[in-house]
Amino acid sequence: MKTIRPKITARVLLSLAFFCSMSALAGNPTAVERQYCSWCHGVSGQGYASAPRLAGQRKQYIENQLQRFHEHTRVGSMMWGATVAFSVKSAHDIALYFSAISPKAANDGDKALVGRGRAIYRGGIPASNIAACAACHGPDAEGAGEIPRLGGLSYDYLNARLEQWHHRHDAAAPSPMPRVALQLTPDEIKALASYLSFVK
Amino acid sequence: MNYIGTRSAMPTAILAILFSTTGFAASTNMATTSKGLQAKMAYCQDCHGLSGQGYSGVLPIPRIATQTTAYIANQLLDFSESRRDSNVSVDMPKIHSVSPAMRVALASHFSGLNPKPPGDGPKNLVNTGKKIYEEGIPEANVPACSGCHGPKARGEGKIPRLAGQLYPYTVKELGNWIKERRQHSTNEDTSAVMTPVAHSLNQTKIAAVAAYLSYLK
Repeated sequence: MKTIRPKITARVLLSLAFFCSMSALAGNPTAVERQYCSWCHGVSGQGYASAPRLAGQRKQYIENQLQRFHEHTRVGSMMWGATVAFSVKSAHDIALYFSAISPKAANDGDKALVGRGRAIYRGGIPASNIAACAACHGPDAEGAGEIPRLGGLSYDYLNARLEQWHHRHDAAAPSPMPRVALQLTPDEIKALASYLSFVK
Repeated sequence: MNYIGTRSAMPTAILAILFSTTGFAASTNMATTSKGLQAKMAYCQDCHGLSGQGYSGVLPIPRIATQTTAYIANQLLDFSESRRDSNVSVDMPKIHSVSPAMRVALASHFSGLNPKPPGDGPKNLVNTGKKIYEEGIPEANVPACSGCHGPKARGEGKIPRLAGQLYPYTVKELGNWIKERRQHSTNEDTSAVMTPVAHSLNQTKIAAVAAYLSYLK
């Protein structure tokens, strides 16, 4: 009896270690990493208050943002704190994990502004030299690669992010967004944020 | 990515000449000012890239750098007159509507930029693509592309340059020719000449040609 127990224990421990390392190899974040993000972004990654939905987001986009927050090249003091222990591998795992969760649309915009928001999304505002969002973010606001999915993100988050750029914060973002959002008026931003919050 | 725009005197000079000879001088809209042109160029760059190199995202946005001036101007015209439309939920006619003077100025600016080719097509298809480009496919009634587009795919006048075009863009165009072009039933343009060619190609051959072109300087 004495000799069997340690053998079983050792086997169990070895299996646990093996599975943990295997799941890490397969791109699964650890339970601790997942909990750390869900504190703010919600247990199912659907977002909460000012923390945007991560579920269904483009994995390259998530990875890039984690890197930018870690390097302090994207504004957001909350996220600076959250990415102190950033590593390329954990960013990759976290991004893969959240990108695979089915996103739910927030549906929290102003319904009266949806029509205007859709028109801006699809055709831009050429008179103000505002590019059509759909050209890069896709006809269904689904994004691809480094370009984020916008469909179904919460009105508050979209409004805040566009306003951020409009007020010249985060001007170093490596994309056309600071320039595009600079031209948008607050009303146009509200319309876009409203429309997008309903897009599945 | 470098986001400092390049100021070009050439388009401004063209505008100045246009306005002095064609009597547009009375107009005070955006097209007449250098600032208006700069703003419009930045607008084009948002999608087509700082060097007009194109972008392969959700939708393939074509390279317009090194494109022939006449072709760029003609496409802008086609979009604004709804002879060309990508048929997706993007309002292409609205996006590309600019004044005639602006068309020429923009075309001239982007035509003069020369970033390196994307080289984003599958390398293993390049040799097949080169053969199709240079010899056509007689048994399928496909003429040699080089016959009109030139031996180096540089195009001329309204016949577009194909060299260095993004692989997914060329694939999309050849595979969707009549869905995008000839939208205006009574006022067709020169793109009609490509209809039978695109029709006679299949996906495999399109991919080969597109791959070959994506590497050409």
